Amino acid sequence: MIALNINDRRVEVDAAPDTPLLWVLRDHLGLTGTKYGCGVAQCGACTVHLNGAPARACMTPVSAAVGQKITTIEGAKSKAARAVMAAWEKLDVVQCGFCQPGQVMSAAALLASNPKPSDADIDAALAGNLCRCGTYQRIRAAIHEAAKTLSVGGKS
Amino acid sequence: MTTTIENVSRRDFLKAGVVAGAGLTLGVWFGPHAEAAATSAGGGITPNAFVRIGADDSVTVIVKHLEMGQGTYTGLPTLVAEELDAAWSQIRVEGAPADARRYNNLFWGPAQGTGGSTAMGNSFEQMRRAGAAARAMLVAAAAKEWQVPAASIRVAQGVVSHASGRKATFGQLAARAAEQEVPAEVKLKEPAEFIYIGKRAPRTDSRAKVRGTAIFTQDVRLPGMLTAVVARPPRFGARVKSFDAARAKAVKGVVEVVAIPNGVAVLAKDFWSAKKGRDALAVSWDESGAFRLGTAEILAQYRELAKQPGAVAAERGDVAKALAGAAKVIEADYEFPYLAHAAMEPLNCVVRLADDGCEVWNGEQLQTVDQYALAGLLGLKPEQVRLNMLYAGGSFGRRGNPKSDYLLEAASIARALTGGPHAGKPVKMQWTREDDMRAGFYRPLFLHRLKGAVDADGNPLAWSQRLVGQSIVAGTAFEGMIKNGVDATSVEGAANLPYAIPHFRVDLHSPTLGVPVQWWRSVGSTHTAFATEVFLDELCHAAGKDPVAWRRELLAAHPRHRGVLDLAASQAGWDKPLAPGKAGEKRGRGIAVHESFHSYVAEVAEVTVKADGSFGVDRVVCAVDCGIAVNPDIVRAQMEGGIVFGLTAALYGEVTLREGQVEQSNFTDYPLLRVHEMPKIEVHIVASNEKPTGVGEPGTPVIAPAVANALFAATGKRLRSLPLRLS
Ligand code: FES
Ligand code: FES
Repeated sequence: MIALNINDRRVEVDAAPDTPLLWVLRDHLGLTGTKYGCGVAQCGACTVHLNGAPARACMTPVSAAVGQKITTIEGAKSKAARAVMAAWEKLDVVQCGFCQPGQVMSAAALLASNPKPSDADIDAALAGNLCRCGTYQRIRAAIHEAAKTLSVGGKS
Repeated sequence: MTTTIENVSRRDFLKAGVVAGAGLTLGVWFGPHAEAAATSAGGGITPNAFVRIGADDSVTVIVKHLEMGQGTYTGLPTLVAEELDAAWSQIRVEGAPADARRYNNLFWGPAQGTGGSTAMGNSFEQMRRAGAAARAMLVAAAAKEWQVPAASIRVAQGVVSHASGRKATFGQLAARAAEQEVPAEVKLKEPAEFIYIGKRAPRTDSRAKVRGTAIFTQDVRLPGMLTAVVARPPRFGARVKSFDAARAKAVKGVVEVVAIPNGVAVLAKDFWSAKKGRDALAVSWDESGAFRLGTAEILAQYRELAKQPGAVAAERGDVAKALAGAAKVIEADYEFPYLAHAAMEPLNCVVRLADDGCEVWNGEQLQTVDQYALAGLLGLKPEQVRLNMLYAGGSFGRRGNPKSDYLLEAASIARALTGGPHAGKPVKMQWTREDDMRAGFYRPLFLHRLKGAVDADGNPLAWSQRLVGQSIVAGTAFEGMIKNGVDATSVEGAANLPYAIPHFRVDLHSPTLGVPVQWWRSVGSTHTAFATEVFLDELCHAAGKDPVAWRRELLAAHPRHRGVLDLAASQAGWDKPLAPGKAGEKRGRGIAVHESFHSYVAEVAEVTVKADGSFGVDRVVCAVDCGIAVNPDIVRAQMEGGIVFGLTAALYGEVTLREGQVEQSNFTDYPLLRVHEMPKIEVHIVASNEKPTGVGEPGTPVIAPAVANALFAATGKRLRSLPLRLS
């Protein structure tokens, strides 16, 4: 059994240590918000946070996640994550939606470390998240929008 | 009251045989032949097959089309909410079951399905009438209860009221409304009365998709479910000779290995075990019937074929004579590679077999075709195939496979379990990204051979276009779209070239090849828009004219083409010079205009070419005329997404074959556009009172020619093949 800390809960799973965290989340724990898109760290659909930093769950063996704080889209409740989700809804970023939990996780991690990102910062942080539906322009706008609400929220 | 069936190009989609004997009628949803309103448990009302009003005030709209990103779960409910005068917040959405009698695509005759950018167009009246009928029944119920004339009752934002002060919510009236007669005739609003149509209603699927709670096929979990990963042949047309399952079965979690017609499936309790098992399988393949050509050989054969005349798709004047007499003839070949759809959700399908039928969970795009295909495989009646339509993580055509390929594969796996210890268990077949990239069904490779001439005054004189490429519909249920040897989906956008050219001819060769092909977002226009709009630019250059002014002149008889052309050009500042780049950089601007699926789009692209020959697209100005823009924000989103899709193909898209083997495997070698390569896109919508037409596809085909024309303006280099490579 492997013990993990996922979304602030301790869980135990019976999986081979080399199983990617992605499939432990999806198939063993039923946390299906984290998506499989490529399996080779090229698309970002599987993005989760490990101790707050974005990571590709498809290339992270579950054994490497032991002892880390794992956050999935289901448990993304930080101020930054909530601002990102609200901005995504306000601007209707999504199309098919399949890449979007990963986009949201990458954006939330960016804003947590950099509350006022420039376009170049966004490019650097989100370059690993593909969107076949082409929602990039709205993703960029929504990150700026979330940054705005966070800075207003911070003042009050 | 009957619903008028539009005569558009996608009519007669199906061979009559496919649905013969099903006894289906067109537009059965309402009116004299309609079922009576049914009261559902809990005091709600289902006035027709599209609307259900709950005692809790919810208004559930049943959407017959697949939501794959294009916004149909928002657009169609908008129509119901409009005529029902519901509050947007009370709208819920449910995907319709497979039932072609109620939920057929009105443009396709007696078949249910989503494609050809028809969802809004075929539903525009139908869904409004559904909403209006439900409204009338609520009003009738209130009139009876309050003893006032129906005409004196008002409905707004989900509340029914009367000047006397009486009021009631939809939910309060629902049970009594269900006892009212279904109106034989309803009055629809005039455009001036619209409260939702033409405004922005927020997407109904945003919240769930942002939070990761929206359920895609990949996310389906059923009791006892097994996940299957399949070993497929290394070349198209190869078959399993033999296999050894021992090493696969030794993988922990693997429970079964079965042979299916096109490979070997490994089943496990979870995906990772199934994939490990699949990778451990030892399969030997019989490649005697396999396809073994490479891209270069295919192209060489196509170039040979292009020397002979093909089946005539359009002809006027005498092209041969005009070209023979012309002072200068321009000739050029245009080439287009195979393309993969590469939707973000790799293909998958869940199937459960039972004694009395089969149940499927899928991002379901072609219900009727798939029902018949599965019924044929399993020896069932089509109505014994139950289809649950889930969100699709993109499709771009791939999930609407005319041969139902991946559904049949999933059903074959479930069937192979029959009689064994796992019989009847639900099977989730999941393709890896590599499977998805290599299993075929690509946008076909095409060659276009163009010849053209302009006269001494700079007017176009002749245009000859010969296309060579596989037919998408040959050998499928859609074969009826081939007329006189011409597959309409191969030549759309070329045969109907709108420009005033006196001598004009388009012909087609449709060679048969072992590479599976399929429609890909905007179908024939993916190549015809490029060939026509770039070659027109070549003629324009030869005539010494301005690309916008010349197109305007030649489009005098086509006001909607002209409308988008003018709008895009003026918004892009075509009449002002483009700002220069940095030292060593060249900049250029190009335009293209194209009609597809009855929508008109013009795009202006601005590019910057660096000294090393690399280039980027800085800005795209898009103008679209799609009739009434039911939800302008979704129209904009579809143009943005369509442009990214087309730009990805223009810059990178290419599936190549080597001795019959697909060379690409994942996003490493089939790259997609990323956020840092994203141009600034501006979308302008032509104000219109015409009936709404599609927006899912028409934005896509216009960008590649606009970029190629911009690169020519910047560098003087004419690029005639995709993807675009300057160096
Ligand atoms: S699935 Fe992990 S990056 Fe694509
Ligand atoms: S919304 Fe479809 S892939 Fe991003």
